[in-house]
Amino acid sequence: MRLPLSWLKQYVDVDLPAQDLAHRLTMAGIEVGEIEVIGGWKEVFVGQVTDVRPHPNADRLRLCVVTTGAEEMEVVCGAPNVAAGQKICFAKVGANIYNTHTQRQETLEAATIRGVESQGMICSAVELGLGDDHSGIIELPDDAPTGTLLDDYLGDTVLDLELTPNRLDCLSVLGVAHEVAALTGKKVREPEVSYEESGTPIADQIKISVADPDLCRRYTASLLRGVSIGPSPQWLQDRLTSAGLRPINNVVDVTNFVMLEYNQPLHSFDLDLIKDATVIVRRAKPGEKLITLDGEERKLSADNLVIADANDPIGLGGVMGGANSEISVATVNVLLESATFDGPNNRETAQSMELRTEATLRFEKGLRPELAPIALRRATQLIQEVAGGTIAPGIVDVVSGEGIDAPVVPLTSAKIKRMLGMAVGMKQVKETLDGLGFTWEAAGRDELKVTVPYWRNDVNIEEDLVEEVVRTIGYDSVPTTMLSSPIPFQQPVAIMGLRDQVKDLLAAAGIQEVINYPLVTLQQLEQVESLDRASLPLRVANPMSSDREYLRPTLRASLLANLESNQGHGAGPFRMFEAGRTFWPREGDLPEERETVAGVLAGLRHEPSWLEDESLVDFFDAKGVVEWLLARLGVASTYEPADDPAFHPGRCAHIKFGDALLGIVGEVHPAVMARLGLEQPQVAAFELYLDPVLAALPRSQRQFEPLPVFPSATRDLALTMPADVPAGRVSQLIMRHRGVDRAELFDIYTGDNLAKGTKSLAFHVYFQARDRTLTNEEVNKSVDGLLRSLERELNVTLRNA
Amino acid sequence: MTEPSAQPPTAEGIDEITRSASAELDTLADLEAVDQWRVSYLGRRGALTTVLRGLATLEVEERRTVGALANKAKTTLEEKLEERVRQINEANLMRSASEDRLDVTLPGRPPLSGRLHPTTKIVREICDAFVAMGFGVVEGPEVEWDHYNFEMLNIPKGHPARDMWNTLWVDYEDPKGDSAMLLRTHTSPMQARVMESREPPIRVVVPGKCYRYEATDATHEWHFYQVEGLAVGEGITFADLKGTLYEFARRMFGEDRKIRFRCDYFPFVEPGVDMSIDCFACEGNGDGCRICRDSGWIEIMGAGMIHPKVLEGVGYDPEKYTGFAFGMGPERIAMLKYGIDDIRHFYSNDLRFLRQF
Ligand SMILES: [Zn+2]
Repeated sequence: MRLPLSWLKQYVDVDLPAQDLAHRLTMAGIEVGEIEVIGGWKEVFVGQVTDVRPHPNADRLRLCVVTTGAEEMEVVCGAPNVAAGQKICFAKVGANIYNTHTQRQETLEAATIRGVESQGMICSAVELGLGDDHSGIIELPDDAPTGTLLDDYLGDTVLDLELTPNRLDCLSVLGVAHEVAALTGKKVREPEVSYEESGTPIADQIKISVADPDLCRRYTASLLRGVSIGPSPQWLQDRLTSAGLRPINNVVDVTNFVMLEYNQPLHSFDLDLIKDATVIVRRAKPGEKLITLDGEERKLSADNLVIADANDPIGLGGVMGGANSEISVATVNVLLESATFDGPNNRETAQSMELRTEATLRFEKGLRPELAPIALRRATQLIQEVAGGTIAPGIVDVVSGEGIDAPVVPLTSAKIKRMLGMAVGMKQVKETLDGLGFTWEAAGRDELKVTVPYWRNDVNIEEDLVEEVVRTIGYDSVPTTMLSSPIPFQQPVAIMGLRDQVKDLLAAAGIQEVINYPLVTLQQLEQVESLDRASLPLRVANPMSSDREYLRPTLRASLLANLESNQGHGAGPFRMFEAGRTFWPREGDLPEERETVAGVLAGLRHEPSWLEDESLVDFFDAKGVVEWLLARLGVASTYEPADDPAFHPGRCAHIKFGDALLGIVGEVHPAVMARLGLEQPQVAAFELYLDPVLAALPRSQRQFEPLPVFPSATRDLALTMPADVPAGRVSQLIMRHRGVDRAELFDIYTGDNLAKGTKSLAFHVYFQARDRTLTNEEVNKSVDGLLRSLERELNVTLRNA
Repeated sequence: MTEPSAQPPTAEGIDEITRSASAELDTLADLEAVDQWRVSYLGRRGALTTVLRGLATLEVEERRTVGALANKAKTTLEEKLEERVRQINEANLMRSASEDRLDVTLPGRPPLSGRLHPTTKIVREICDAFVAMGFGVVEGPEVEWDHYNFEMLNIPKGHPARDMWNTLWVDYEDPKGDSAMLLRTHTSPMQARVMESREPPIRVVVPGKCYRYEATDATHEWHFYQVEGLAVGEGITFADLKGTLYEFARRMFGEDRKIRFRCDYFPFVEPGVDMSIDCFACEGNGDGCRICRDSGWIEIMGAGMIHPKVLEGVGYDPEKYTGFAFGMGPERIAMLKYGIDDIRHFYSNDLRFLRQF
């Protein structure tokens, strides 16, 4: 909302500098975004051209004599529209104006133009920063006071208000005036409205009825005959322009002016185009159509409220008028409407027709019904003032059963204390309410019955009044205290704790956290083999762009894209993880949001350094991270060869805990890498599903285990077995053997000294008893037993020397 | 070298052996020579051993005196030997260490380094500040019902305030046809969800992702985090809100911070405010400051007393309970703290950006 201070000052005295006023308004909830200064000229005056003669040395230049009352000067002027008698904007030598040749703001100097000295300049809009028009000079109205500083005549300051949706009142100049009055202790001067009526009363000239009062709480109308349509006077056009509206004709301009002044949108009909002098406010009938003022044909339904004559709609109530009843140059008789339409319905119609107008901006927020006749009378008076005509006696005023009573809201000092934590004296409360234009009645010592003024639609409950009080007296006056209520027992959320722990561990393992958008494309999912055509992921109905359309069921796609976008910045190591949610549609419910953690590793294994080799990341780096992570969490994970189309067929394992699937780890399939343009020899990746990991966490607190008192005994076992026996099963079997404390795989061998189709694994095996030092014989016995069971179960034998 | 002799040992002889052996030992500089020395004096056929063997030829009286001297001499030489070995070992270590030099100006072996995302860090920092004041931390769904995102927050259908949140809707047909699904536009739906699931007193903060149908620029992202806060109970006032947020501001931005409230509007609070802190970059002076754009103040969050309709909606009696709520954007706070000039850096995941935090 653009608010020219010159207009505001018509209704309230402002003696604060614009900056201070803007600050006061902002603190009270009427945020001022920008302060635009129009003018700020020095040495520029309202002048009058008294004589125009040809320039002796140039055909296209003229010599003009300009007076400012006190002085007379000769000026060279090239504008085609300069003429004797004109009031103009005159820049004297020393004025600071825009130089169109140097394209800079400069101080005007006396200049000799083609042999004639020019003692100033008659300005166009460009030189004064008032617009782009450089085709001619600005012609001021004849009543412009010669000799006045132009700043005093044309200068203005415009506050750009960034309003919150509740403060509908401040979409109008009078609304802001009330606010300013309250904040600065001034009084508002509302326009005085009075006019003479004559002829047949309006009630005898037109029949107006409201068929759907639920959508139209109040409908008022007045009638003028014999108006002459034409352009508005300059002052009216200037007001509209300064607020950003385009002047159309005197009648329409008045309706717009009064809307800006009071907030009430009005509409004017050409009375002679209304059939049977009948107006019915009703829901549209199915199939009805209306061509609105913007020339669009609108298909209507019973959800739309129309203003209709005896036959057809002539306006879309509170949204836009119809072309069939539009004011034109031929209009003589005018029906003026000022109504209170239902906010939500108005908003829905405007949204469904993509037709948001100055009127709907106001109606949708719910105007007060008391406003309609006030604005109607003001506009009726002004139309007569600028377009002539006679006003029919009386107004039409149709009120729905809901009535038009102003809201009365109670306010107690107890409530104020309870909300704010401080008492505010009743005297101060009353003064504050008075300043804001509320009226009140005492109902006991500490209670008021407060009546809300007609321009405010946002005060309905006691809490609203408390806000009115505190925002006016200022929040600084409220004390600063700490919560004194008992601290509630807080049960930490297990899955959040786990996720945070996993994030910390992964960062500690040298992996960088990333956070991606959860919206992806089907193609992205297809590329990483995570698209199930049979059950598509959830889709955004109104995506902002085609690359952000589906709610991800996997973190893979975006993580691999992160790798792709970063691989240009060196040789790695690239180590990234994301902890985020994946989304799984559910019938009749919100999707399941699964906490997932995924990581990708690629490029160099170590930070590049003169000390390190240039070995590259592979499957075992990713698996190492997962094993370490789960071990730190106390989860004994196992790994089984797995098939997943996104992973290298022979280099992928399911991460399991018992039968539960905790995740997957592997090297990304070369075909997937090629599709994504990953220029790495191999990319290792892992995914962990945090819900099953949470379920696998040890139930109880980890308990201390006493350190062994007796020494352990070690045996190194080199074992031979068929090549397809998984190492994991061998070590599992060893670990489970009685007397074995732990075992470490230290070598894998295949090759010349072994039979074809076999391999050799070598383990350090540690034997330990809690209660004694094991004897050699005991250890040997244990080894024998272990070897027997290895051979029996897995066909594993001791590799004989 | 002294050949084994048949001569009977004497006190003078033993002294002589001890003296010359000690003198010889002091000249030896390597372990091999020392070992030879040991053999020649203390070995099986060494000089002192031979003396001891000769004791048998002496009279009983003499044998006792000379024997004691000989044993003492043996102990002395053994101790000297041990000391000499220790000295030689240490000298060897000193020498070899002084030869084994590194160019200590060469770069060290870099460990792998991983960091948390700046959003994670700042969200934790924010939550920790409130946890210290007795708040718990909970999260809610990112895909929400219109019901929780709007209706329960006093923003019914057709309410013009809905324009404050441009919404990304989820393509979903409700079998009952009455509830729309969306990507939550703020973390505030958790206000209603938390209150529905518990009884007062309540103190929680809710971090999480939010989404808006909004063009991105240097200060706007369509995907961002919020931290919501909620305290409900008996006797909670606006003054408590001020105190809590003041404590938060000091913890995040320094002890001397001042706070300022101005009136603002959110349909689910009344009164509603916007909290600013005095600018930590220019100490509130404002002149020519980029951080606060000359104002001396920086807006950091919206807040207010919970609207009685919101309390009623979850079945709380607004005459019994009051509460406050607040919400802030962690990215904005991170931008202020770290001097980041463009919010789009956060989720483009350029490692060169992420590694700075
Ligand atoms: Zn500053």
